[in-house]
Amino acid sequence: MEHYNMNLTLKVWRQKNANTKGSFETFEVKDISSEMSFLEMFDVLNERLVNEGKDPITFDHDCREGICGACSMYVDGRAHGPWQKNTVCQLHMRAYKDGDTIVVEPWRANSFPVIKDLMVDRSAFDRIIEAGGFVSTNTGNAADANALPIEREKSEAAFDAAACIGCGACVAACPNGSAMLFVSAKVSQLALLPQGNPERKIRARNMVEQMDKEGFGNCGNIHNCEAECPKGISVENIARLNKEFLSASFFPEV
Amino acid sequence: MALDAKIPGGEMAQKWANYKDHAKLVSPANKRKLEIIVVGTGLAGASAAATLGELGYKVKSFCFQDSPRRAHSIAAQGGINAAKNYQNDGDSVYRLFYETEKGGDFRSREANTYRLAQVSGNIIDQCVAQGVPFAREYGGLLANRSFGGTQVQRTFYAAGQTGQQLLLGAYGALERQVALGNVTMYSRHEMHDIVKIDGKARGIIARNLVTGKLERYFGHAVLICSGGYGNVFYLSTNAMGSNVTAAWKSHKKGAYFANPCYTQIHPTCIPVTGDHQSKLTLMSESLRNDGRIWVPKQKDDKRKANEIPEDERDYYLERRYPAFGNLGPRDVTSRAAKERCDAGYGVGTTKKAVYLDFADAINRYGKTEAHKKGFQNASPETIIELGKQVVKEKYGNLFEMYEKITGENPYVVPMRIYPAVHYTMGGLWVDYELMTTVPGLYCLGEANFSDHGANRLGASALMQGLADGYFVIPYTIGNYLSGEIRTPAISTSHAAFEEAENAVRERIEKLMNVKGTESVESFHKRLGHIMWEKCGMARNDKGLREAIEEIKVLRKEFWENVRIPGEIFEMNPELDKAGRVADFMELGELICMDALNRRESCGGHFREESQTEDGEAKRIDEEFSYVAAWEYTTDGEVLNKEPLTFELTKPSERSYK
Ligand SMILES: Cc1cc2nc3c(=O)[nH]c(=O)nc-3n(C[C@H](O)[C@H](O)[C@H](O)COP(=O)(O)OP(=O)(O)OC[C@H]3O[C@@H](n4cnc5c(N)ncnc54)[C@H](O)[C@@H]3O)c2cc1C
Ligand code: SF4
Ligand code: FES
Repeated sequence: MEHYNMNLTLKVWRQKNANTKGSFETFEVKDISSEMSFLEMFDVLNERLVNEGKDPITFDHDCREGICGACSMYVDGRAHGPWQKNTVCQLHMRAYKDGDTIVVEPWRANSFPVIKDLMVDRSAFDRIIEAGGFVSTNTGNAADANALPIEREKSEAAFDAAACIGCGACVAACPNGSAMLFVSAKVSQLALLPQGNPERKIRARNMVEQMDKEGFGNCGNIHNCEAECPKGISVENIARLNKEFLSASFFPEV
Repeated sequence: MALDAKIPGGEMAQKWANYKDHAKLVSPANKRKLEIIVVGTGLAGASAAATLGELGYKVKSFCFQDSPRRAHSIAAQGGINAAKNYQNDGDSVYRLFYETEKGGDFRSREANTYRLAQVSGNIIDQCVAQGVPFAREYGGLLANRSFGGTQVQRTFYAAGQTGQQLLLGAYGALERQVALGNVTMYSRHEMHDIVKIDGKARGIIARNLVTGKLERYFGHAVLICSGGYGNVFYLSTNAMGSNVTAAWKSHKKGAYFANPCYTQIHPTCIPVTGDHQSKLTLMSESLRNDGRIWVPKQKDDKRKANEIPEDERDYYLERRYPAFGNLGPRDVTSRAAKERCDAGYGVGTTKKAVYLDFADAINRYGKTEAHKKGFQNASPETIIELGKQVVKEKYGNLFEMYEKITGENPYVVPMRIYPAVHYTMGGLWVDYELMTTVPGLYCLGEANFSDHGANRLGASALMQGLADGYFVIPYTIGNYLSGEIRTPAISTSHAAFEEAENAVRERIEKLMNVKGTESVESFHKRLGHIMWEKCGMARNDKGLREAIEEIKVLRKEFWENVRIPGEIFEMNPELDKAGRVADFMELGELICMDALNRRESCGGHFREESQTEDGEAKRIDEEFSYVAAWEYTTDGEVLNKEPLTFELTKPSERSYK
């Protein structure tokens, strides 16, 4: 692939910590190779800031392979930037050309307070999983793995839902800050599998309850979440969650 | 100190059962009073914390990421082995054990490896019960594939996201215990030291990465499950945050470090593009089932891959290893690529890459499909179209990832790949119970040295992490903790905590006060460069000696000239990184010392002085059939040896010809 270099203007959200107000800071970055990843472009900038004795930009990242769900940048008004079904760590600079201006913000949602710069606190997601995102089975009790055949189609649908990386882009992309896509992905995965069946109702109820407690907004069927989800989690899962939740509400004692 | 591996008596196949029958137990009432610290939430740590919580212990779990679900295990792609023999193709516990021993070049402890094979089947049962959506056949039963050139199909997988699915299963189990109050989770916390009282591990000092404050935690036992140290090479397939700090600090407090020079270089990774490169991306080994590896026969060939005719291509693996061809083990395959590139046959702009070509596979599958569909005289275009569909079904997500990173379409042009640091077989020395040389301090998962000898087979790390956490430690820890039921929780105002915390604080202040001119990143890169050039795929006496000196100089420079911006009491990733890089430098030196000491070639460790006439690795069993366990003393590192004995296997030459 032919590569090229470019100069860019970056407008990046800076915020010292949760208790201070933030603002945009503008940087000119030079000689950025089209072969770099978006985060490597930030590495180059940060290296320069360190050398200039300034505070580098803080952001979450770890695997840089699109699977851990740590990276979380809102780029030019889009969660994870311009590419479809992609995390920002897998965005590459060939998406840009010389002279472009790029605006980078953290996830914006009431339930994801900013820790510093582009880094936010997503522990609400852990607490939602705590409320029921599992099968209650202790180690050592399992039957032989092939004792219970599972329809391949169902198992694949469960896998598709289980592919969620817990990044929170769905929340950031939603004008209401709803976490329905995230919650529905886990509820669906386990509802589709026989192992998850015994706890279906209580799981849906408890997870939705926790989601509300954490202050996530309501789902308005806008579907920005699906459009921005790096793993292509489908809004069909939300429909499934609603069904599970309704049946749980009709038979609350079960 | 004489190393006692505490291997139970009896026939190999009975050892683990014997152990479990006689291990001491802790009553439920006593378990509630016993506290366990688990550092790490990858497959090893999450499975251990969840299971120990289920048993009723009070567990404190730590990770440096913002959520336990993001531990590096999440990135594992290809699969997990288990000797289930579901395919009825002749697999057995013995066979998995034997292949692991042989794959590790007969440098692992038989009893541990055997146990690993024995519990492997339980892992799959457990994961399925948790709702892990493994790939299945149309009949609804679990699917398997062969991996890393084994002759049986024993690898279970969930598309190219096996690690993710296994970890999310363990993470769910962990969060369930958090909800029940049995586990307390400390995310964004980094362990900086262990605390020892009367010779036993009794707690840790951790830094809260959000506030920067140091915190003290007590435990009757401490489990290190902090993953591998591949990032000592700067560039690797590991996650950016993967580090050796927890293991290294344990080492400095008395835990021996075993076989640090055993590092695995994975043959199929996306090559480096330039100086900006921050990490390397693995292309799963499964690709070698269908891709053919080649370079041009002509040196410095400027033509595009597709312009080079068939007879001007050198399929060097098929040429050198006719029996295994493209499916040889990782170490052998990696070295062969390096050999071609060093000789001037590499491709791409940097000339440090070889082709991984799917054209043949696409053609072959296309023909089969056309035949299945009853197309007579299908045109070459149709065949290629049909073939691409098959390849897409098998490897679609990998091809997509490759295209995202490189901007090239691997269905049309061959992939370019090069070896990269991937996994570390070395780690803290542990006995059969997974206890280090410090009583009460355990080590699980990639962080220990235990099961893979000098080279790990594909799909066996996930197996080991989960074996250690779900099925080994829950039994072995009771044997120790049963002796601790009279020890009440020790207050963290104890002098030992005070002292440890002060030492950690002083080191952090020292780092911040250097106020030099060079960034942490720059030092890390320089360290990586030394390690890769002189202690990478091929090592020799002269180079290793130079590396040791160069690292010493670099370390001195680091402590005199590193620049860390920001403050201590805030979120400060540069400071976090500085601590990790400082530890990597110390480890790097030990790796080189270990490599220098081991004057044989075995597995991932290739000493140029020890090779056969045709350039294959040569083991020297008479001299080096031991585990090198390094002891940290004030006078430097001291070598201790655990001799390896072979009851079931006979070390033989590992030939893949
Ligand atoms: C790209 C890639 C693909 C792979 N694919 C496969 C595969 O297909 N099959 C296979 O078997 N193996 C595979 N492996 C290897 C395998 O993934 C790892 O060996 C395994 O997941 C390690 O698990 P672990 O639990 O030991 O450590 P990790 O998953 O690395 O977890 C380490 C944990 O320790 C924590 N930690 C570390 N240091 C500290 C500290 N100082 N304080 C607090 N917490 C700390 C981290 O936060 C993390 O939670 C792959 C590896 C890579 C890099
Ligand atoms: S549903 Fe998609 S966007 Fe939301 S957390 Fe999961 S992967 Fe991220
Ligand atoms: S850094 Fe892991 S998904 Fe982006």
